[in-house]
Amino acid sequence: MKIINLVIILLSSWPCIAWPVTLNVGLQLEPPNLDPTSGAAAAIDDVVYGNIFEGLVRINEDGDVQPGLSLSWDIGDDGKSYIFYLAKGVLFHNGDPFTATDVKFSFSRARSDSSTNAKKYIFKPIVDINVIDPHTVMITLDQARPDFLFNIGLGDAVIVNKDSADRNSFNPVGTGPFKFIKWVRGDRVELERYKKYWGPSVFLEGAHFKFITDPLSAYTAMKAGDIDAFPNYPVPENLFLFENDPAYEVVIGLTAGETILATNNRNPPFDNVLVRKAIAYAIDRSELIDGAMFGNAVPIGSHFAPNHPDYIDLTGLFPHNLDQARQLLLSAGYPNGFSASLKLPPPIYARRTGELIASQLGRVGINIKIENMEWSQWIDQVLINKNYDLSIVSHVEPMDINIYANHNYYFGYDNDEFKQIILDIETNTDALNSSRLYKLAQKKIAEDAVNGYLFQLGKYGVWKTGLKGMWSNYPIRSNDLRGVYLEGDKQ
Amino acid sequence: MISFLLKKITSLIITLLVSTGVIFILIEVVPGDPVAFMMGLSGSTDAADALRLELGLNVGPWDRYFDWVSGMVNGNFGISYTYRVPVVELIRERALVSVPLTIYALLLSTVIAIPAGLISATRRGSLVDTSFMGFAQLGVAIPNFWFAILLVLFFSTTLKLFSASGFPGWDAGFFICLKALTLPAISLALPQAAILSRVMRSSVLDVMNEDYIRTARAKGLSKKQALFRHGLRNAMIPVLTILGLQFSFLLAGGIIIESVFSLPGLGRLVFQSIIQRDLIVVKSIVTLLVFSVVTITFIVDLLYAAVDPRLREGNS
Repeated sequence: MKIINLVIILLSSWPCIAWPVTLNVGLQLEPPNLDPTSGAAAAIDDVVYGNIFEGLVRINEDGDVQPGLSLSWDIGDDGKSYIFYLAKGVLFHNGDPFTATDVKFSFSRARSDSSTNAKKYIFKPIVDINVIDPHTVMITLDQARPDFLFNIGLGDAVIVNKDSADRNSFNPVGTGPFKFIKWVRGDRVELERYKKYWGPSVFLEGAHFKFITDPLSAYTAMKAGDIDAFPNYPVPENLFLFENDPAYEVVIGLTAGETILATNNRNPPFDNVLVRKAIAYAIDRSELIDGAMFGNAVPIGSHFAPNHPDYIDLTGLFPHNLDQARQLLLSAGYPNGFSASLKLPPPIYARRTGELIASQLGRVGINIKIENMEWSQWIDQVLINKNYDLSIVSHVEPMDINIYANHNYYFGYDNDEFKQIILDIETNTDALNSSRLYKLAQKKIAEDAVNGYLFQLGKYGVWKTGLKGMWSNYPIRSNDLRGVYLEGDKQ
Repeated sequence: MISFLLKKITSLIITLLVSTGVIFILIEVVPGDPVAFMMGLSGSTDAADALRLELGLNVGPWDRYFDWVSGMVNGNFGISYTYRVPVVELIRERALVSVPLTIYALLLSTVIAIPAGLISATRRGSLVDTSFMGFAQLGVAIPNFWFAILLVLFFSTTLKLFSASGFPGWDAGFFICLKALTLPAISLALPQAAILSRVMRSSVLDVMNEDYIRTARAKGLSKKQALFRHGLRNAMIPVLTILGLQFSFLLAGGIIIESVFSLPGLGRLVFQSIIQRDLIVVKSIVTLLVFSVVTITFIVDLLYAAVDPRLREGNS
């Protein structure tokens, strides 16, 4: 009897000790294609960033810039020229060696006229790309740009191979630790460990990214064991079901998504700062976070990620105060309040927060009419044609406070003082000064109450107990699996 | 028979042509720019222009309509805006899930419904009849997605006999795929079987009251013999109509079940494409669905003619 038990125990625990595993990772959105240098879809980076493709530098879990294909670099004293020293012995998944000409090709392709790169602006400041030798490349910019290094760490700036670049959308070829095997559209993307990877070898045998749109199916797939990890579980209200189950671990982190009550600063009454401040006083963030996000979000007072070192807490600037809000509306000339529309995109956070915001603003006499719309309608009406009063959306791009310097953007915030701060940030090379400027920028838009600042969207990681090395935060969108292993499996 | 065929084929072609026009116009008037969608919240404008050029969206509607229709006639449905692969390939992959699922579900529902309806009709008023029809009532009343969720909770998360979601792909093996399609097929089949068995029952009961059955009985056949030799063929006509309708409905209408089981089927492809404004895919699939509905109706017409010789003669 004892022997049989022992055999059973051995059999059941044997595979996870002896063999590296293929991880099943659940994602809610399927990428439209697998080329991170094309459209803007975050779902592409969710699969490929750090796994299939790598850039000159790599952004890690904490949002820091780390060496990538470039092992080190020198920045000229003027801050304009960068010399990158590239890793040797790197092979693309098609067998081609990686050299400095691939860097030149990738960046030239991204900035060409026919490029459809959604972040073309990253490459705009490049004046010259000079291949010094096969493993050294010099990039010269028009002026000092302290954010250039971070930007070339984004998925939009990964290094591609010139023979395969045009087919990356369906057959991606990069230099990363995993190579693409196949894509069963509508179901999954399969990756396998790349045996000739230049860097430290990874622990996983491979990974299957499975796309599960329906929130309930996400739950059943986890519980049935089809999925080992859901890096960003779509339904915060279900998390307690996993928290109570010792077979799963729940890790709540932060994304780069500032969720805001976007306000059309062009149109009355929102062109009046008193009205915007009244709205800021009327908003009760803790009610929003408890009601819409089941307590799983961090309040923000400006457009900046709370886990960034330069973050300052401005949530106390306009504490929830209905009398103050009414007073401000009175002095703005709206003693009886007014009516406004609130156009909501499809994500669950927007719809739920929208309902609560409508009732909160209703308490001070602002009568909100909610209009639910699809993404493409929202992009058309709100983002492009600026035909809206209020909206709720999460801005998921990392370090994107500079969007407030663009007066043509859909908020319509046109402030010379703020534009100057961003200009200073863009040309400043001193870290201490840059930190001061970022704080100034946060304060400026918070004081002007440009938008209602609600909360930072959380990242709800759920995975099987024993799985280690998954990212707990999303400083950028990536599920970099290089450090992931099953406990007891690491050799 | 030949003129019957010709007439049907001509009406098939006209229906298709008219529908391409309607589909094109409907999709053109829907607001929302596919390029703006793909560029997201912070895309640059010159990249958007380059993309518009690449997708061929910079020409007028007439040109696009004729390109589209002439392409389809030649078997070229174009390239998907978002996936950047030929639409034909996309549809083929999805049809390889949806069509087998539909057939599986229809087979299940027929296998359950025809005998159940027949037994109920021949033993009208008995305990068997009452309980079968009670189940049928329940089957019509239960929403299929809810039934699907119950199946998943029981067979997948509790018993862990089936995986809760996903489709391995046919190269993983026939039986593995059949297994993956089993729970979805059952949840699709249940309400269809319920409807079908009720139709079967009432159809058989109707037929049994016809004069020719009475004649057959009068010349000495037993009730069963009369039913099987003369009644069943006639009773099948309404059942065939419902089956044809169900096939078309299941092919496109499996979307909710596809979502519950995360199956990469046609329904979800249409839904995704509408959301992402992948208009060329939407147009092609809708046209294809129109085509399949028309074809199935055509096949059902032929089957009528096979079952009932009067219909053949009436048309010639």
